[in-house]
Amino acid sequence: MNPVEQAVVWLNDPLNWTNPGGILDRLGEHVSMSAAAVLLGCLVAWPLGLWLGHVGRGGGLVVLVSNLTLAVPTLALLTILPLTFLGFGRPAVVIALAVFAVPPLLANAYTGVRQVDPQTREAARGMGMTGMQVLRRVELPLAVPYLAAGFRTAAVQVVATAALATFVNGGGLGEIIRFGFGLSIAVGGGQILAGGLLVAGLALTAELLFALVERLVTPRPLRRVRRRAGRRAADAVTGS
Amino acid sequence: MSFRLSYRADPGNPWFSWQYVRDNSDTVLAALRDHTTLTVRAVLIAALIAVPLAVVAYWYRPLTGPILALTGVLYTVPSLALFAFVAPYLGIGVATVLTVVVLYALLVIVRNTVAGLNQVPAEVREAAEGMGYSRWGQLLRVELPLAVPGILTGLRLATVSTVALVTVGVVIGRGGLGQIIFAGFQNNLYKAQIMTGTLLCVLLALVLDLLLIGAGRLLTPWLRGRTG
Repeated sequence: MNPVEQAVVWLNDPLNWTNPGGILDRLGEHVSMSAAAVLLGCLVAWPLGLWLGHVGRGGGLVVLVSNLTLAVPTLALLTILPLTFLGFGRPAVVIALAVFAVPPLLANAYTGVRQVDPQTREAARGMGMTGMQVLRRVELPLAVPYLAAGFRTAAVQVVATAALATFVNGGGLGEIIRFGFGLSIAVGGGQILAGGLLVAGLALTAELLFALVERLVTPRPLRRVRRRAGRRAADAVTGS
Repeated sequence: MSFRLSYRADPGNPWFSWQYVRDNSDTVLAALRDHTTLTVRAVLIAALIAVPLAVVAYWYRPLTGPILALTGVLYTVPSLALFAFVAPYLGIGVATVLTVVVLYALLVIVRNTVAGLNQVPAEVREAAEGMGYSRWGQLLRVELPLAVPGILTGLRLATVSTVALVTVGVVIGRGGLGQIIFAGFQNNLYKAQIMTGTLLCVLLALVLDLLLIGAGRLLTPWLRGRTG
């Protein structure tokens, strides 16, 4: 039997889905820890990014943060955080994942506020708005499409990274793959492939879902322009 | 979970220990060598695939979308899942790690090379055409040299992320410095070992990045006055 057939057989065994530690359990763990990490990342990165964009400073900091997190291996952060005061368990894993969610969220929040037309900002000033009012009633609404783009990038990245939580026994769909490798490829090949399909499927689902959300929160006239601007923001994240 | 607010490193398990590094220098150096050769090979192979792909995308505009989309999908697939797809066919070995890492590096290099080629000014292209350069001559003598900054950005990003990604290879026991980190984790959470692996990873990324910056300065002498 080749690995693909083995994977189909493995996925068709109902016990593999409903057992304790089966696919459904792992999927629940995966989604819940990813959601917590993205939420935490948003709480930290959005206020900071919006504020930095509002005062127009800290562009260098945004680039520095994204470059630093690029160089630190996920595996290292996942193994180091439980050894600090956080201790073992879900919080350490969630924080490690949140660290990787911050750069795209931060960069897009920053770019989102910076791209607001200076004339719009001046008009708001001229209407007598205070700095906070300008941020809340003018810049924030105009930055929403960018926030959504950053959210999508961050969510997909966290879902992908959460698969590595298995190395610190953090649960998630990665466990299925690692257990498969534990069985050797001849025996566990099907399980390995099935786990890979599940993880990749979840990541692609998240990508499509949040791409849809991004489209829905972008006002219609902005959609064509946004495509180009979004690419520019994405390039800013990757440093080009 | 338990918050230990008054945390102190207990003497038996320090965050860093020269003693450990000295006693295990053979293992650590072997892992470092592994990691470095894997990264360098992967980036070279990725560049050899990605730059021609980018040129194809640049020459035939309708193909730009599909090429970027394909590499984008490859980039969205989580690294562990890619290992899971490749390992049953290529087995437990260096070939699997290399394949996964190369597939990942493609997107960054392709996208930045396309961007670099696209920002060659139209006047320059027209002038080259007017001077009678053939399509290939124009590419090799004019467009690619002018796209070097873009290509280099791609290579730098690809190198740094590859250094981090190779550690995921622990899943098949070929993770370079990842092996050190993971062994430290299993070895009663020996912090000095984990930190040694992590620091070497970050240092390796930094050194390779600096080398690429240096190479870029040598390759683009005409930019030196401007940015300097």
